[in-house]
Amino acid sequence: MNALTALTLKASETTIPVVAPTDADGPFTLLWLIIALPLLGAAVLLLGGRYTDKWGHLLGTATSAMSFVISLVLFVSLLGRDEGERQISQHLYDWIDAGGLHIGLDLLYDPLSALFLLLITGVGSLIHVYSIGYMAHDPRRRRFFAYLNLFVAAMLMLILSENYVGLFLGWEGVGLASYLLIGFWQHKPSAAAAAKKAFVINRVGDMGLGLAIFLMIVTFGTTSFSGISALSGGATETTLNWVGVLLLVGACGKSAQVPLQAWLLDAMEGPTPVSALIHAATMVTAGVYLITRSNFVFELAPAAQTAVIIVATVTLLWGAIIGCAKDDIKKGLAGSTMSQIGYMMLGAGLGVAGYAFAIFHLLTHGFFKANMFLGAGSVMHAMDDDVDMRHYGALNKMLPVTFLTFAMGYLAIIGVPPFAGFWSKDKIIETALVESPIVGICALLGAGITGFYMTRMMLMTFFTDKRWGSTDSGGDVHPHESPKVMTIPLIVLAALSVLGGLMLAGNWIVDWLSPVVGHAEHHEPPLPVIVITLITVAVVAAGVALAWFLVGKQEVPRVAPADVSIATKAARADLYGDAINEGLVVTPGRATVRSLTAGDRSIVDGLFTGGTTVLAGTGELLRRLQNGYVRSYALGILGGALLLVLTLVVVN
Amino acid sequence: MTEYIVLSAILFTIGSIGVLTRRNAIVVFMCVELMLNACNLAFIAFARQHGNLDGQIAAFFVMVVAAAEVVVGLAIIMTIFRTRRSASVDDVSLLKF
Repeated sequence: MNALTALTLKASETTIPVVAPTDADGPFTLLWLIIALPLLGAAVLLLGGRYTDKWGHLLGTATSAMSFVISLVLFVSLLGRDEGERQISQHLYDWIDAGGLHIGLDLLYDPLSALFLLLITGVGSLIHVYSIGYMAHDPRRRRFFAYLNLFVAAMLMLILSENYVGLFLGWEGVGLASYLLIGFWQHKPSAAAAAKKAFVINRVGDMGLGLAIFLMIVTFGTTSFSGISALSGGATETTLNWVGVLLLVGACGKSAQVPLQAWLLDAMEGPTPVSALIHAATMVTAGVYLITRSNFVFELAPAAQTAVIIVATVTLLWGAIIGCAKDDIKKGLAGSTMSQIGYMMLGAGLGVAGYAFAIFHLLTHGFFKANMFLGAGSVMHAMDDDVDMRHYGALNKMLPVTFLTFAMGYLAIIGVPPFAGFWSKDKIIETALVESPIVGICALLGAGITGFYMTRMMLMTFFTDKRWGSTDSGGDVHPHESPKVMTIPLIVLAALSVLGGLMLAGNWIVDWLSPVVGHAEHHEPPLPVIVITLITVAVVAAGVALAWFLVGKQEVPRVAPADVSIATKAARADLYGDAINEGLVVTPGRATVRSLTAGDRSIVDGLFTGGTTVLAGTGELLRRLQNGYVRSYALGILGGALLLVLTLVVVN
Repeated sequence: MTEYIVLSAILFTIGSIGVLTRRNAIVVFMCVELMLNACNLAFIAFARQHGNLDGQIAAFFVMVVAAAEVVVGLAIIMTIFRTRRSASVDDVSLLKF
């Protein structure tokens, strides 16, 4: 017991907040219902089969919306509490109880999970509504909503769990839902392959998370956040670095960070609402949540934190460069998502000073990226599911609502003041500059590239000359605005993209999250804040101007030109991410397996089949002796006896 | 003395060659008896030489065993003859590979 007290004291010296929740009471006892409702929806829709076809989409949307309402009630209740009492846990039941290991199915509701709850159920519900319109003509719409509900339930489990094992349950659940939804149009071989790719690459990351959990069980004997946050000060730095790096591997897989990034671009094979919900707003940000939630590990593991920063910086540039060359509107957005998650990871890697901004950017990104994905879906809806931006052009007049809402998202993501993305990205760049100038300049450069590729996307889609219509080369499409059920979620998300920055008003989000991530000592950046902001805006403006001169002022060919620079070719090929995987993992892996199989066949099998052949041959010869004639046996006996006698004679 | 032993050895050899070469079960049987009796002769001869009764007692035992063996053996030969209409030992060669 003394040892435990000593450890707790040591942990408190480093001023990492210890997770010490109180039991749920009042409205907080409804916490489990937030997960249970979508789970119930998924169960009813999947088990109910065809009988639920008629109203399945309404039930799916209703369960998600009810979860949102409960989340809102709980959030308001949490606002009413004192800062010190904003951690509430709910014990559902003992899950694993083996020897010294006790793992309960516990939920934790604190300021961090409160924000996530609102994001997931809020944006999730809007995307459910949008999907009613988007999937209206799909014969398997009911199944789609079942999977969406399953995803929401798993995602809520992920962020509400009070221990890493429960988190892992949700983590795998969202992986499953992601797999099912990427491959939703499984009749397309490309969709089936993309689903498999996402699943396999995610398993690599999950292995990292799994090993991290095992290491935590070995080191701390518990996986609960409260237990580990109290004990982490007592572990050696090496152990914590390992835990941190393994957690980072898990986060890389789920959040499509280099080197496990290759699946996200292919994941765009799924229906667009899936891309918006899972592969932009929520699931892919789970890695950022994991690192922020594990702040009690990362704060004491400087090497792991450095690894997070390196991964984040590489990814934010990697994704941005890919985004510059994609003609597929969804893949362009996917590259952008990768890059923006890179920013969030960067924020999370920067430690106490950055966690709040990482979560802030995560929330604003959830708004504007979901908005833009749904906008892209609306454009595709209008263009007969064509995703090639080279076939778009001048759509601003045809799709006014989509255009205006997309424009809000665009202004938010490139970081034009006072839109949401400006506040969040600016804060991360500022914090990065304090930490390390190189990382800060990379982040600044990323912001410029973001300005370029988003402007390119905007211009190719809504401006420039129209490259569609009933011409000889343009195909026969008649763009039309989407129905209200699709445009209303767009409008709501556009409003959030504009107003999301209000969360920073009076430093609210930083204070709100400080019970979870700790207070940061304020460091003065190398330059005055206003100068950094101006530089950021100038860099973004340069990116926008470049796009204007390269795309807006020139004619966009309907077919992608083939004679392009090496850089463009590389970006079109996802910076050879697949080739790297192929060369470093797949080919050597395949060769190893092939040689092992050959070795198994020739050596191991050969040893046994060869042995049996020899034995069988010997038996074949020996059985000839058993000819059934009594006299030959008698001869044998006589021979034996004679031999015996002769031996005796010789020996004597 | 040597003559007895030589005779015994000759009888034993004749008996064993008979066992190995003859096909008729009855003759084989007789040859077995010849071998047993060759042994008996050797026993008696040695008993005589050593001047004690051990060899004679052994010879009695052999006779008893031989009598019992004849009973069982003839019964088997009878049974085989009844089923196969033959007393040839080569016909009874089913128990093989």
